Amino acid sequence: MKLRMRQAIARAIADEMRVDPTVIVMGEDIAAAEGPFKTSEGLLEEFGPLRVRDTPISEMGFTGAAVGAAATGLKPIVEIMFVEFLGVALDMVVTEAAKLRYLSGGSYTAPLVVRASVGAGLGFGAQHSQTLETWMYACPGLKLVVPSGAASAYGLVRSAIRDEDPVIVLEPRVLYAEREETVVGEEGIIPLGVANLVTTGADVTIVALGQTVGTAVAAAKGAGWTADIIDLRTLVPWDRERVCESVERTGRLVLVEESPYSGGWGTEIAAHIAGESFHALRAPVVRFTCPDVPVPYPAHLEQRYLPSADDVRAGIDELIAGGRRPRPWWEKEGYAS
Amino acid sequence: MTAPLVSTPLERRHALSDPVQQLDRMLEIRHFEDRIKDLFGQGLIHGTTHTCQGQEAVSIGLALAARPTDHVCCTYRGHGHALALGMTPDSVLGEITGRVTGTIGGVGGSMHLSERSVGLMPTSAIVGAGIPIAAGAALTAQVLGQDHCAVALFGDGATNIGAFHEGLNLAAIWRLPVVFVCENNVYGEYSRFDTTTPVEDLAVRATSYGMPSEIVDGQVIGDVEASIGRALDRARAGDGPTLIECKTYRYSGHSRADAATYRPAGELDAWLERDPITLHRRSLVAAGVLDDAAADRLAADVHSRVEDCIERTMASEPAGVASMFRHVRSTSAPTKGN
Repeated sequence: MKLRMRQAIARAIADEMRVDPTVIVMGEDIAAAEGPFKTSEGLLEEFGPLRVRDTPISEMGFTGAAVGAAATGLKPIVEIMFVEFLGVALDMVVTEAAKLRYLSGGSYTAPLVVRASVGAGLGFGAQHSQTLETWMYACPGLKLVVPSGAASAYGLVRSAIRDEDPVIVLEPRVLYAEREETVVGEEGIIPLGVANLVTTGADVTIVALGQTVGTAVAAAKGAGWTADIIDLRTLVPWDRERVCESVERTGRLVLVEESPYSGGWGTEIAAHIAGESFHALRAPVVRFTCPDVPVPYPAHLEQRYLPSADDVRAGIDELIAGGRRPRPWWEKEGYAS
Repeated sequence: MTAPLVSTPLERRHALSDPVQQLDRMLEIRHFEDRIKDLFGQGLIHGTTHTCQGQEAVSIGLALAARPTDHVCCTYRGHGHALALGMTPDSVLGEITGRVTGTIGGVGGSMHLSERSVGLMPTSAIVGAGIPIAAGAALTAQVLGQDHCAVALFGDGATNIGAFHEGLNLAAIWRLPVVFVCENNVYGEYSRFDTTTPVEDLAVRATSYGMPSEIVDGQVIGDVEASIGRALDRARAGDGPTLIECKTYRYSGHSRADAATYRPAGELDAWLERDPITLHRRSLVAAGVLDDAAADRLAADVHSRVEDCIERTMASEPAGVASMFRHVRSTSAPTKGN
């Protein structure tokens, strides 16, 4: 069925809540108001206030409560309205939830899900538009997924709830309203750690995540080359096998990332592939990212900030023609950042 | 060297109902920590440690009031809580010394003790972190309709961190079955609490959350037990959380690196006058439960038990490399070795 991504998320949560009475949902305005982005539509009505809870504006408090609840028998889902708000609760995720299994020799676990809306594109400005996966992607004990539309949101959220470890779900806010054909029910569940090969091609492997999957697909449309476009879906643990296998066939790796250039998630993949599949590479690895600046507010600058399909297409043209890494647009235009 | 006592943590917990065992356990905690400090001093233990000498009555009172099925969140100053709740000295010392005999095989260290069979959740090395986590453990009981409660133990310093405010507020609005026990031991790390905190009694902070509170003499087991017991009764009856402030004192510095030279002259001596172990021993002798000779024999027995534990532990195997790859995530089950 065709669902908006926000509907797919609400549906995934409801489907899990029906089969597992230990699943509860907590967050700011998620019960009576059904979520600021309407990702919990219908949950309060169906499951009642014991399991669907509005919280105070108190991320550390309710994320911490989710850790304690997860350790003692519930499977809590916490909604963080904007991922930036996780800053005040990061201890509970990175230092408590992620370490609970390790620090109890496996006698306690923290099967909780932290969902947060992320990303640029809707004009929310510098403090409400980051993706911030880098806050969490280098923390053993956590898993981290990023859907690219309704279908992957449904499948990944259901897997995240079922998982025995703490799972962070970063949901590109700009996609909440987008419709996509979505398989629901057991068949729609997507295992964590498995990337999706969106298109197959011969010349280049493009690895994308979240809203940059759409950017990659748009870039390949009508291009003079064909690409394996891989929607990573799970960033931790990422699907090394799928990416390696693809690069070994195409010989070129391109990453399209919605995050600042320095330290972005693509660095991990680039480094791994450069080491593991060096023999197969016939061109340098290229990362299309955002510049190292805060997210600007005006619509035209926000779009310039994000990697664009045009930049990716032209950059890959240049890579294939010249065998050299195309410089980022901000360098070409003289902005040293 | 003798074999370890075979008592399980749960048996050790139940044994505490005997007042003589309470004295035994307080002596065990005291001597255990005295020797921990020695071993650190001799360079035989790695890292750091935070001892609770002077606060033993709170640990015992807690262990008596809470059920083993209640969830208890303690802190990095946790040896006393852990031993009182039932953990064996071997599993605590094994953990502190990074041995395979440690409660989690030695990869956690002094600040990370846990024992699910007596409700001790993993102790946290982050000030205040256990407060919202305890609220969450209480939430589980509320959602699943269980009879369990949760207890958070924390120091005076933790009442100035955001987690305290957020955890108490959340517990109050949801009427969660949780008890917040503050051990006001006068010092937060190296700072006397009156230099960091604008109120004399931390219990007054409960009024901000419409929550009942009590101030308790933390040097007297019975007072602590009764207060936590009343709060647990209220929690189990659905009447929500309570804040309890136990007035106590930390004889040592914050950690092994801190010689506590900042204390005003005479302060420690005044508190030693009200040493919880001495008070409890006196009350047992006064009640005719045991005489001074028997109490001395008990102390000597405890000492030799702890010495045996140290000997066994130092002779046991250090944690193997495989142990650091265990329990990182659900799929990281070990496939070989220790």
